[in-house]
Amino acid sequence: MAVSPSTQSESLAENDLALIRHAKSGDFGAFEALVGRLQNRVYGVAYRILGQVQDSEDVVQQTFLSVIEHIGSFRGESSVATWVLRIATNFAIKVLRKKRGLPMTSLDSAEESFADVPHPLYIAEWREPPESQMERAELRELLDRALAELDDKYRIVFVLRDIEGLSTEETADTLGLTISNVKVRLLRARMQLREKLTLELGDDATRVEPDHRHESPTPVH
Amino acid sequence: MTCEDMLKALNEVIDDQSALALCTEFADHLAGCNPCQLVVDNIRKTIQLYKAGEPYPMPEAFQDRFRAALKARWKQKFPDATV
Repeated sequence: MAVSPSTQSESLAENDLALIRHAKSGDFGAFEALVGRLQNRVYGVAYRILGQVQDSEDVVQQTFLSVIEHIGSFRGESSVATWVLRIATNFAIKVLRKKRGLPMTSLDSAEESFADVPHPLYIAEWREPPESQMERAELRELLDRALAELDDKYRIVFVLRDIEGLSTEETADTLGLTISNVKVRLLRARMQLREKLTLELGDDATRVEPDHRHESPTPVH
Repeated sequence: MTCEDMLKALNEVIDDQSALALCTEFADHLAGCNPCQLVVDNIRKTIQLYKAGEPYPMPEAFQDRFRAALKARWKQKFPDATV
């Protein structure tokens, strides 16, 4: 019998909750099982943010050591996975800021506006599904490259919201941003990724120009 | 409808098709604007690609060091636990 995605994710969340309850009372086997379920996801978040294997490994280790340290304080206000991913994101941001030589505070939280989001330049239908257009490794390389080329602050919001499925509120809370700022940054990330991928995957024969005036046309960069 | 309003509405509609019902002005625009329809479609496909992407498996060589570190910390936190 097919299980709907929401039913499946609820079931996974319940399993994680059961594991962390056992782990809180000292059951290392339960903790190891939880780590096994989440480690690749944590690694994926770290790798997408940092783009480097060793740094990502360090983030994974620090994340789960921190989970051990603070396991007693998990209250179930979010899912276990969300809690762990938030810890991982904060460690990843610390690594990023250290590498960029920036002060160890939260990400640049300057408010942005929808009015400043660049407008799409290249608009076209995509050719056949990307998976049938190119080899898996080639597609993976394209996706990784496009994501890596985003500004850190847009990439991180996209990773948390659209890839990992955190809510806008959870993303805002994790990053110390307003909900409005999360939405603007998310749209910027989406528009830039759309532009890059459409240039590679779009069918030039279907290219169209926007046929309505824009009050403040700004090119995508 | 300003461009700013359109972009705001576009972002909401990508996440939730039912948001169109709340913004009839944007819905009317979208119904008659092929470029905007393509942009919405492109973005939805972009998100699907990333969501469906293959996971990044943790390097095997890291696993032993990682597990050892967790065990050591666990023993400190729960001295009576079997590890």
